[in-house]
Amino acid sequence: MEHAHTLQLYGTAGVRYNVEAMTRSDVQLMLDVKAGDEASFNLLLQKYRTPLVNFLYRMVRNTATAEDLAQEVFLRVYRARKQYSPSAKFTTWLFRIATNLALNSLRDNRYHQMDVSIDAPVEEDVAPLQLPARELRIDEKMIERDRSEFIRRAIAALPEKQRVAVLLHKYEEMDYGEIAKILECSESALKSLLFRAYETLRVQLAPLVSQSDANQAREGRPS
Amino acid sequence: MKKCEEVSKQLIAYLDRRANSADRHEVEEHLAACSACHQRAEDFRKLWGVLDEVPLVEPSLSFDARIRARIAEEPRRGWLGWLVPQPRLAFAMTLLLALSVWMANLPPREGTAAGTEQQDFEAIKDLGVLENYDVLSKFDALSEVPVDAATPADQQAQPVNPASDQQPATEE
Repeated sequence: MEHAHTLQLYGTAGVRYNVEAMTRSDVQLMLDVKAGDEASFNLLLQKYRTPLVNFLYRMVRNTATAEDLAQEVFLRVYRARKQYSPSAKFTTWLFRIATNLALNSLRDNRYHQMDVSIDAPVEEDVAPLQLPARELRIDEKMIERDRSEFIRRAIAALPEKQRVAVLLHKYEEMDYGEIAKILECSESALKSLLFRAYETLRVQLAPLVSQSDANQAREGRPS
Repeated sequence: MKKCEEVSKQLIAYLDRRANSADRHEVEEHLAACSACHQRAEDFRKLWGVLDEVPLVEPSLSFDARIRARIAEEPRRGWLGWLVPQPRLAFAMTLLLALSVWMANLPPREGTAAGTEQQDFEAIKDLGVLENYDVLSKFDALSEVPVDAATPADQQAQPVNPASDQQPATEE
């Protein structure tokens, strides 16, 4: 889907970019950016803008803020290009910047909301938390949207560190060492953190988990 | 067999297939014997399927254009850009350069080294004459200098004046 989107946006140039991005490692691309190659920066931008925007959206739950923060992440990477040294994976660096920016944004926003009014209106992107009740919905799309929203809100309700750990583990599929570096904790502590986070989600999303169980049974799939 | 609490740390790595074989064996052994942990492991697998339902958010079409515009606004470094991270060095070098230019443009001193030596020689070349008593005693011009006009320094110098009263007396 991502590939199709890129094709649609960039045509044959996009295909060439993607092939180039695959053949050169992120570290090599970043070293080329350091040497003054702007095209390599564009390759990194194309490769990571969607994962980054999604990670930030799941953190701050506002599309405009997520895009602004993603822009800031890329800008910081660009500004720091001259000082870049490949001591860690590029993604570790990238998502560490993103995590710090997202946490700062959340803290600033929380402070601002407390400062303004305790009756401040709910965020634009946030719908009231409701359990999806299939029998009450007419449109399947609406049910799907509600399920997604329900899941997003459950993730957003996790403590900050647990939330970052789940997003990087589940959606970015990072290894434990990389996530531990981003969160500045030991791998052992990270595994405990992940267990507690998934345990909380298991309880919060129990209706969907059991529904998935029922769906699998109905479709005759093994659990 | 390990306790539930001990297994909980290894459970996620076991489920995402990143656990080593020893840990995997321990977890499997525990799950076979503990129904609660077995149920939890099954629920976690289903939970991950549920989490996958969340659709991706696509960045806006203007995302790339915005970031490129912001990068274009970034200050560019010229050929002296490499000095920017070291402003003190740049300042010191500028100061040194200015000092060199200033010193190079200073007007030349009145005497060069050779000229100074010549002046010094001129000053001392007649010194032998001044120290020669015979010459000085016959130098009439000195006797014409009025005593009142003489400065205290001149008065102090009087005893060596051959025109004074004392010297002829001695001679006599």
